[in-house]
Parts: sequence; C-alpha cells; structure tokens
Amino acid sequence: MELLAQLAQVTGEDQIAFGEAVSAGFAYGLAAIGPGIGIGYLVGQSVQAMARQPEAAGMVRTTMFLGIAFTEALALIGFVVFILLKFA
Amino acid sequence: MMLGLKFPSIENLVEWPSFWGNGEWHTLNKVGLSALIATAITLGIYFAAASKAKKNLVPVGIQNLAEVGIEFIDNGIIDQTMGEQGRPWNPFLLSIFSFVLITNLFELVPGWQMPGNARMAFPAMLALVVWVAFIGTGLKYQGLAYFKNAIIPPGVPVFLIPLVALIEFVSTFLVRPFSLAVRLFANMLAGHILLVTFIVLCEALWTTDWFAVFLPLPFIMLVLLTGFELMVSFLQAYIFTILAAVYIGSSMHADH
Repeated sequence: MELLAQLAQVTGEDQIAFGEAVSAGFAYGLAAIGPGIGIGYLVGQSVQAMARQPEAAGMVRTTMFLGIAFTEALALIGFVVFILLKFA
Repeated sequence: MMLGLKFPSIENLVEWPSFWGNGEWHTLNKVGLSALIATAITLGIYFAAASKAKKNLVPVGIQNLAEVGIEFIDNGIIDQTMGEQGRPWNPFLLSIFSFVLITNLFELVPGWQMPGNARMAFPAMLALVVWVAFIGTGLKYQGLAYFKNAIIPPGVPVFLIPLVALIEFVSTFLVRPFSLAVRLFANMLAGHILLVTFIVLCEALWTTDWFAVFLPLPFIMLVLLTGFELMVSFLQAYIFTILAAVYIGSSMHADH
C-alpha cells in the first residue's frame, strides 16, 4: 500500500520514465525466453547428430550456425527494442 | 549510493566527435576511420599476396594468410551452401568477410575500442549490397520469373496463393536484409555495452574503501568477456558471410 501511495504522488513525467524503464526490461526479458529455449534445443540436437554420425559433423555445424543465426535474430530484435525504449 | 556508479549515456558510447572536416562531405571520425583502415588492410593483404604469387610457387609469408582466407571461403562457406557454381562469388564474399571481421575487431583494439558495426550505417549498407546481389543473381539466372519463383513456392493450393505470396514476399525481400543488418548491429552493440558495463564496474571499485576487495570479480569477468567478444567478432563475420552465400545461392535456382 505504501508503494502505491508513493506511486500516486509521482508526476506524469516520472510515470512515463518508470513505464519506459519497466517495459524496456520486460521487452528484453520476454524476447530472450523463446530464443533461449530454441538455441538450447537446436544445439543439443546438433550435438546428438554429430555424435551419431561424426563424418557429417561439418555439414551439421554449418546448418547449426545458420539455425542459430535465425533463432537469435528474435532475441536481438528484443535487444534493439530495449535500447529504443530505454534511450530513444 | 555507496558506489560512485554512473553508467554513461548511450550517446557517449557510440557517438564519436569528428576530428577532420566537421560536418562537410569528408567528415571523418573513429568509426569512419575504422572502415577506411579495414578496407586498406583487406586490399593490402590480398594485393600483396597476389603480387607475390606471380613470383614464387610455394606460398611464403603473407601469401599463406591470403590462401587461408580464400580456402576458408571456398571450403567453409561456398561448398556448404552454394555448391561448385558459387566459386565465382569468392572475391565478393571474401571482401565482405574481411571487412566485417576487421571492423568488428576494432572493438578489442586498446585505446580504440569501438566496433565499426555498432553503428547501424555499416551493417545496413552491407545488407543493401547483399540484397542487390541476390536479386541481381536471381534475375540473371531465372529472368523475371525469379520474382514469381521467389514468392510462390511450388505445391501450394490455389486458394492459399495470395496469403503465401504476401508472406514470402515480406520474408524474402524485406525481412532478409533487415535481419541481416540488425543481427550484426545488435550483436556488436551488445558486446560493446557489455564490455563498457564491466569497465564501469571496475572503475567504480577502484577506491580506497573496504569494498575495493571486490575489484577482482568484475576484472576477471572483463578479461573473460574480451575473449568471448573475440569469438563473437569472428562468428558474426562468418554468419554474415554464410547468410549472404545462402541468399545468393538460393536465387540461382527455383525452389524444387
């Protein structure tokens, strides 16, 4: 309750800055969840493929990097949104 | 706050004053200079190696370095993505790889410490070049049918064609260059900010107070992250080049 009372006292500009800071944090945090799971799964499966068939390791590695690049793009767009919310 | 911890604003991290020709067409600052140096190093290495290759059969000195680069592009990137007929693209991909790699490595040069690709202009321009290259390749190999082949994959039911064509158009011609540029830009900017964060922490702990005993923690982290950023610089140059190769290779043939 005390926190709410304090929140009610801040001015409009402070509230905007508060909202920006909170949403910037959430923007990056939420954007990191999906790619985190995705890259973990992707690399895990690639390691399994390489262990099962070591002679195909080169091809698997190239494809793995490609997959990581595409998956990671989402997290990075989240990071850009974070920068835009926080600083722009 | 107990610590004199003050994080510099983003303008202080990426905007550098120009030291020559302020505001004119030849304005030059740290970032622009890094692009010029990267171009000069790339041209220097490969032209020096080429002039040596005429004289001696067995590679010596700088020629070894150049051959490692060329073979890496041939075996590591073109053979994996475009196949034999992508070999003529080697000079293009090698230039992109060297340029991106060297501008990235300026992130770690002591006293310079600014990755050129942390400014959107470089990645955007490089992505634009790749965009023109893959559309041009498509037009050369498939003619105007390239646009039809690119946006309508085979085997789509007729009633879905408008929707699929719209999605494919956006993902091929708009999202591809955008994500190519943003991936490089955001990776380098994130690495730069990461290093700055730990440097700021180290600086704040450089005091005579008792909590200076924590100084080794951020410092060790800083050293480890510098190694990590070295890896990221190489990896991002590799990924940028391999994606360029994939895009160009994909417009050589219609989907099958």
